[in-house]
Amino acid sequence: MSSNLHLNYFELFGLSPKFNLELAKLESNFRKIQSESHPDRFVTASPTEKLQSMQLATLANEAYQTLKNPANRAKYLLALQGIEAIAETNTAMPLDFLMQQMEWREALEDATSAKDISALENLLREMQQEAKLLQTELGLLLDQDLLLNKNTDYTSATDATRKLIFIDKVYADINKAIEQLEATL
Amino acid sequence: MAYSDKVLDHYENPRNVGTLDKNDPNVGTGMVGAPACGDVMKLMIKVNDAGIIEDAKFKTYGCGSAIASSSLVTEWLKGKTIDEAYAIKNSAIAEELALPPVKIHCSVLAEDAIKAAVADIKAKQAAKVAA
Repeated sequence: MSSNLHLNYFELFGLSPKFNLELAKLESNFRKIQSESHPDRFVTASPTEKLQSMQLATLANEAYQTLKNPANRAKYLLALQGIEAIAETNTAMPLDFLMQQMEWREALEDATSAKDISALENLLREMQQEAKLLQTELGLLLDQDLLLNKNTDYTSATDATRKLIFIDKVYADINKAIEQLEATL
Repeated sequence: MAYSDKVLDHYENPRNVGTLDKNDPNVGTGMVGAPACGDVMKLMIKVNDAGIIEDAKFKTYGCGSAIASSSLVTEWLKGKTIDEAYAIKNSAIAEELALPPVKIHCSVLAEDAIKAAVADIKAKQAAKVAA
């Protein structure tokens, strides 16, 4: 079991490193590792075995959370290629994208202060749409390149990943605003 | 995570929130974003003919540290020349607000917003000279 601890997240679940992931396989293999490394199975085991099973359970959890979320999955795929998609010192995003972000943020602010839940839900759907487009783009950019083993600089994939992280943030904030409004109704 | 008193003060009473007329030839706009956390920041500066920043406004969607960083720089910018503004370092912002290491990127965002706003006003001025 300890031999699994050095594997990358895809290898751990027996998956090929792709953006368009076999989600069912991810789920089932995660459950399998979870049950195999469950503390109940190691009650009488040696301290070393206990430690290793715990480390594996932690790794599997981290790997699952990373691969399940599309933005994190894209970030991880890029990291495997040696690319850090979200270097903190890089704040230059395409200007039109930032303007759009500001507009969405302002729409969120206006709808929240107007307590307009249907406007928020519309905004939420718009974010879902945007996220879907970016995910389709990422599938094409990441999987084709990996498949063909092209010598590529991954610039477009990195841009799309960064955009998806922004969209996810707005999406989460809209959801939060809707929940808070509904709680006061 | 605990915010410093200065961060809390700027977060609770942000200075100079708002926008300036982006079509004004004396107004420069800097727009930046931090993919690490999804924060976006817009900084606008109004520069007089002597090259002094007369007014500064910001709009930031992000965490308390990002809001405090942008609020603080709007205070610092007023009365400075655009070259002095350009020289403001994120480390000075982080130090003033006592930002913890995980929030340093908020001060980087503010520094980059200043640089972007100065670049924008310089481009506008160059266009004015050329015209």
